[in-house]
Amino acid sequence: MSGNVWIAGGGVICGIGTDLQACLEAFAQMQPGMQDMQYLRSIHRGVLPVAEVKADNAALAARAGMPEHISRTALLSKIAAEEAWASSGLGARAQYRVGFVSANTVGGMDKTEEFFASYLQHPPSGGRLQQVVHHECGSVTELVADAMGIRHHVTTISTACSSGANALMYGARLIRNNIADVVIAGGTDALTRFTLNGFNTLMILDQAACRPFDDTRTGLNLGEGAGYVVLVSDAIAATLPQAPWCRLSGYANANDAYHQTASSPEGTGNYLAMKGALEMSGLQPEDIAYINLHGTGTQNNDDSEARAIQRLFAPHYPPMSSTKSFTGHTLGASGGIEAVFAALAVQQGIIYPNAHFTTPMKECPLVPATTFSSGNRIPHVMSNSFGFSGSCSCLVFSETV
Amino acid sequence: MNIFIQGMGCVSPQHTTGGPFLAEIREYEGNRLKAVEPDYKQWIDLKLIRRMGRVVKMGVAAAKLSLQEAAVVMPDAIITGTAYGCLDDTGVFLSKMINQQEEMLTPTAFIQSTHNTVGGQIALLLGCNACNNTFVHKAFSFESALLDSIMMLREGAVQHILTGGVDEITDHSHAILSRFGLYKQAPIRNTALLQSATKGTIAGEGAAFFTLGTEMTAHTVARLTGVSTLYRPADIPEITGALQVFLSSHACGPEDIDLLICGRNGNADEDGVYEAITQALFPQTAVAGFKHLSGEYPTAAAFATWMAARILQLQELSPGVLISGTAPAKIRKILICNGYQGTHYSFILLAHPNI
Repeated sequence: MSGNVWIAGGGVICGIGTDLQACLEAFAQMQPGMQDMQYLRSIHRGVLPVAEVKADNAALAARAGMPEHISRTALLSKIAAEEAWASSGLGARAQYRVGFVSANTVGGMDKTEEFFASYLQHPPSGGRLQQVVHHECGSVTELVADAMGIRHHVTTISTACSSGANALMYGARLIRNNIADVVIAGGTDALTRFTLNGFNTLMILDQAACRPFDDTRTGLNLGEGAGYVVLVSDAIAATLPQAPWCRLSGYANANDAYHQTASSPEGTGNYLAMKGALEMSGLQPEDIAYINLHGTGTQNNDDSEARAIQRLFAPHYPPMSSTKSFTGHTLGASGGIEAVFAALAVQQGIIYPNAHFTTPMKECPLVPATTFSSGNRIPHVMSNSFGFSGSCSCLVFSETV
Repeated sequence: MNIFIQGMGCVSPQHTTGGPFLAEIREYEGNRLKAVEPDYKQWIDLKLIRRMGRVVKMGVAAAKLSLQEAAVVMPDAIITGTAYGCLDDTGVFLSKMINQQEEMLTPTAFIQSTHNTVGGQIALLLGCNACNNTFVHKAFSFESALLDSIMMLREGAVQHILTGGVDEITDHSHAILSRFGLYKQAPIRNTALLQSATKGTIAGEGAAFFTLGTEMTAHTVARLTGVSTLYRPADIPEITGALQVFLSSHACGPEDIDLLICGRNGNADEDGVYEAITQALFPQTAVAGFKHLSGEYPTAAAFATWMAARILQLQELSPGVLISGTAPAKIRKILICNGYQGTHYSFILLAHPNI
């Protein structure tokens, strides 16, 4: 029930790169990943830009070493989880009590959509069962756990857009309670027509590139991908071939309890999550050297998040940015992907840029970083993830000294 | 640190939201047990009831009953387990999206389809800003929620946690899951389920929520000693081995268990496991079943936990739950051993609060 939780490595696949190094290069070269849809079949192709992973399922399956017919969500998950594991230098998994805690929002929905079209034409016998067998969120996690030989502790979290961050918190608890030695924690989500159309009905999708924290913002762009960190205990951290990236020093989950989808105007849940994570880490607001914003680019989210930041940090604001201006909003994956970015920010002193920013918001004029830089002194980073049903989560990563 | 169930609520195919404890078994013909839904107006505003999906209403009712019994107004965390989430609203949005070729869609069903809708609606109704998490891992959904709650209570930062498991059956899900061969083909009565020798089981649904805390109060129902999961065990010795490790980690052995509640579901392919576990570790122990009451579903262990805690509190076994043996006069410890489709096993240990 005690001890530190360390980040031993991380892996990402998303719309700006199929591994972490490629993502860093995209940030450095200011190349966001939004384009016209190439892989998702939808009537919104050509209208709604999305940040797709630039590979078809056959290519992803070959890299993942998994069958092509399974959900793209599982393929993305396996690729990022394997990269995370390899980067940790931990070696054979069999020597540890390994947990896999993965988040996603719609499980194998990409395949269920195909199934359901045939099923609805000829109920109840229409549609191939193979396409719906991995519909459940947990099934996607198990496909990857089984492929990686992880059996000790496997579970799935789904709290909408904060899911990935909550996976890190639960993983950290497993380590602090001596239930696991190592936990691969994060999230995955592939683009689906279900989510694209769902967000479209809410009228929060921008038909141009999203502009988080900008006064001209009119919505978000959806993205897809997966991101995982490798969490380890003090005992395992001491055996790593290289120093861990950083420490997960604080985390908190709070609920806005305001509306099913909208954030409260004052960002109550956002504020409580950030405040709680800071308290756990034993830090003051001025200790935070970079904030990875939730920053979706919707009117409501950015306004609430900015007000919560103002309440906690005013008058001195650390550099901040929304990497969703590059990756799009990857939903259940975003908390995992951004945890990897945030942890790496501590290790390599990175401040990520916020793309397409020109005009500060009138109501709360915070100015995000707009250029990439590394080698800064970044002792502590905060990463925000907020979602439907008032879910608000915040993680704090701290340097290893 | 001891963890107690301070109050609980259950919506199930049996009469569980009021009246005497499982006084008589509600009988069903067929392979689908539907939850007996209470009058939700006692907890939820009528305007909200109309908009809520069935799974949300069942979850909210069980949560409210649980807090009422515990006399807790505001929990310090809400942790939900649901394998399927909001299937009905998912089906509605998916069907419309396909039938209308992605045009003229409205957001309501999409919003309600999100997996954390149950936990979110409970928070919204209570005005609860505390930690809110949802586990969606098949037959470990409820167990993960319980474990997360136990870990949070042990960390000492919170006093009361509302945790539970909930799942619904819909016409679509029943039709599709039937095609996987999960349910019995021939006519069956739920009261005869546990004696069945054929393949398949009966589908069920429901919600059970628990208010957990670390202090014994006048409302305390039972002690929650521990929970553990076992994924894809290679064989029966691995299950019995894990079970012995679990029991000894809580300073007891098979001989200390006064009642074993097992997850028998009438499927000839699955029930042999419980026979083997009983023979190996619990040859003298009274054994009860519960899936003839709740039906089979991934979070059915939440119903079993509710039943076990009430047995400990009232010291009475409801008719028709005992499969073999005789329960001792004093029931101090109950072990729930549940399995799901041969891949997911879980152990939940409960005790009378005074021991």
